[in-house]
Amino acid sequence: MNKRSFGVLAPVVLWLSFFMVIPMLAVIFVSFMQRDNLGNIVWTFSLDNYARFFEPLYLGIYWDTIWLSVLTTVFCLLLSYPLAYYMTTLGPKAQKFWLIGITVPFWINFLIRTYAWIILLRTQGVVNSLLMDIGLISEPLQMLYTQGAVLLGMVYTFIPYMVLPIYVSLEQMDKRLLEASSDLGASRWRSFWHITLPQTKSGMMTGSVLVFVTTTGMFVVADILGGAKSQMISNIIQNQFLGARDWPFGSALSVIFVISSLVIIGLFNRALRSSYDSSKEAKA
Amino acid sequence: MTLSTDNGKGLMLMIRLENVEKHFAGQPVVHPLSLTIDEGEFLTLLGPSGCGKTTILRMIAGFEQPTTGIIRLDGEDVTQLPPNKRNLNLVFQHYALFPHMTVEQNIQFGLKMKKVPAKEQRERIDEAIRLTQLTALAKRYPHQLSGGQQQRVAIARAIANKPKVLLLDEPLGALDLQLRKNLQAELKQLQRSLGITFVYVTHDQEEAMMMSDRIVIMNTGKVEQIGSPRDVYERPETLFAATFIGENNIFHEERLFTVRPEKVRVTPELADTRKTGIIQDIVYLGNVHKLVIHLENEPTSVTSVLDFTDQRDWSIGQKVGVHWNLQDEVTVGR
Ligand SMILES: Nc1ncnc2c1ncn2[C@@H]1O[C@H](COP(=O)(O)OP(=O)(O)OP(=O)(O)O)[C@@H](O)[C@H]1O
Ligand SMILES: [Mg+2]
Repeated sequence: MNKRSFGVLAPVVLWLSFFMVIPMLAVIFVSFMQRDNLGNIVWTFSLDNYARFFEPLYLGIYWDTIWLSVLTTVFCLLLSYPLAYYMTTLGPKAQKFWLIGITVPFWINFLIRTYAWIILLRTQGVVNSLLMDIGLISEPLQMLYTQGAVLLGMVYTFIPYMVLPIYVSLEQMDKRLLEASSDLGASRWRSFWHITLPQTKSGMMTGSVLVFVTTTGMFVVADILGGAKSQMISNIIQNQFLGARDWPFGSALSVIFVISSLVIIGLFNRALRSSYDSSKEAKA
Repeated sequence: MTLSTDNGKGLMLMIRLENVEKHFAGQPVVHPLSLTIDEGEFLTLLGPSGCGKTTILRMIAGFEQPTTGIIRLDGEDVTQLPPNKRNLNLVFQHYALFPHMTVEQNIQFGLKMKKVPAKEQRERIDEAIRLTQLTALAKRYPHQLSGGQQQRVAIARAIANKPKVLLLDEPLGALDLQLRKNLQAELKQLQRSLGITFVYVTHDQEEAMMMSDRIVIMNTGKVEQIGSPRDVYERPETLFAATFIGENNIFHEERLFTVRPEKVRVTPELADTRKTGIIQDIVYLGNVHKLVIHLENEPTSVTSVLDFTDQRDWSIGQKVGVHWNLQDEVTVGR
């Protein structure tokens, strides 16, 4: 690195050190400490916090979190692809309209949007009254405070993160490839399957990583829509720091969590690079 | 008009365009065009940029619908058929290779789509790879290939399907001169050995001359002339054809006629010649040299090409006589 580029990078490096590296190091350090009955940190080395993670309670929540995140990612993918694809078939004006429509929710406070789901889903809520009115059900359904409600809230929250990268990759795709495949005898469906899907894999991957990682870290949705029953690992972590005042254990959970996120991102990247690096490099 | 595919010369008709016309947004891009192409023929569409060559090719391939007119392929009316139902292949100007597939997989794609049995797929891939000399590159991805190699893959991918017709849209346009020359010869060779009908698009007149059986000279969506390279060179029918192919001297007298520079003789003697003039420029081109002569009492210059047998000394400003034979005058329309 020469002097000049260091000068440009220095603020970034400082920023990252202050807000990422130093806190992370602090968390790692604290995760190997203990605490006394009052919640104060006791400065003696121990691996107890990591051992505690393997108790069935926490392992269970950990796997639930992973599973919920996988489901959220899959549902987002299944809903976003057709939507993004539909958008690319529209005229420039309609496309702009949809793009704005998809980003509008970002302008409204996230908590307000999530609370709005309560109004829809609760026992006397809009959805239940509607279903009872048309006579599909006689008793209100318990929708709020279920895993399903959490999943719904998650998918709703993160769908833009999936639509946008897929849309971009569809837009960037060389449309002449579809003419070539049609020329070689492929029907529209087979062109889609053999050309469009692989060519937009990087968009799907980017979206999936974004959605997966942010879902695992998102405890508010589970809090509001899932109630006490559906806890995510981030709820536990938050609770260790704010409620239970067990900073060392909270730190240990955080470390495990960050590591598993990194591993998953690494796996995604690897899958992306091994099978489709060629399509990416050819564009560059 | 019969639907017979025999053109009367014993050759089979492969493509027939009947009054094919194309408008974009109400603007005519291809004026009504009728054209027949024989089986195994190498036909070239030649014309300046924007004259509608690609549009014609895309109509034959099925990517554009003619505004009016009928396209027949091997006797069958294919005007309404989508590209994937037509038994021909297009080699795109920019190759359009699939970036996520290896050379081999690119070539295999069309065979897979047509559900060719696996064993035959293998044979056809190998043959296409051999013919295009891609053996060493079969496992590479397109971005790992040079422009010329990519161009070969595009051709291999097309010929593996054994199409009745191969359409090529300026396939050599992006390549440098040397490579172009090599590939021109290779392509011509390939076409002869496969016996496939080639419809070739270029705006390079030299390329058209050396490769084609017949040339269609186009200008702003209209056909100017159709003929063998010799025909269009020696007997141009229009002013555009006369000047687009090779160099030409144009004379507006009581009629419009042209004389090729190599038919123009220059003599130091001034008596008994058609015209006299003053040498304006001398250009040495190695095997030939060229004199540009400004005619006396006329606002035109005449170019004369002299070959190596001409050992006389010419100098700029020299007054010379200019002469040609009557049979070398070619009357052209406007
Ligand atoms: N999809 C389209 N919409 C409107 N106009 C078009 C379209 N495609 C082509 N044109 C017009 O039709 C004319 C002929 O285009 P075409 O691509 O056939 O030319 P070309 O002879 O292949 O030229 P080049 O040698 O530059 O490739 C051009 O004036 C072009 O602007
Ligand atoms: Mg063109």
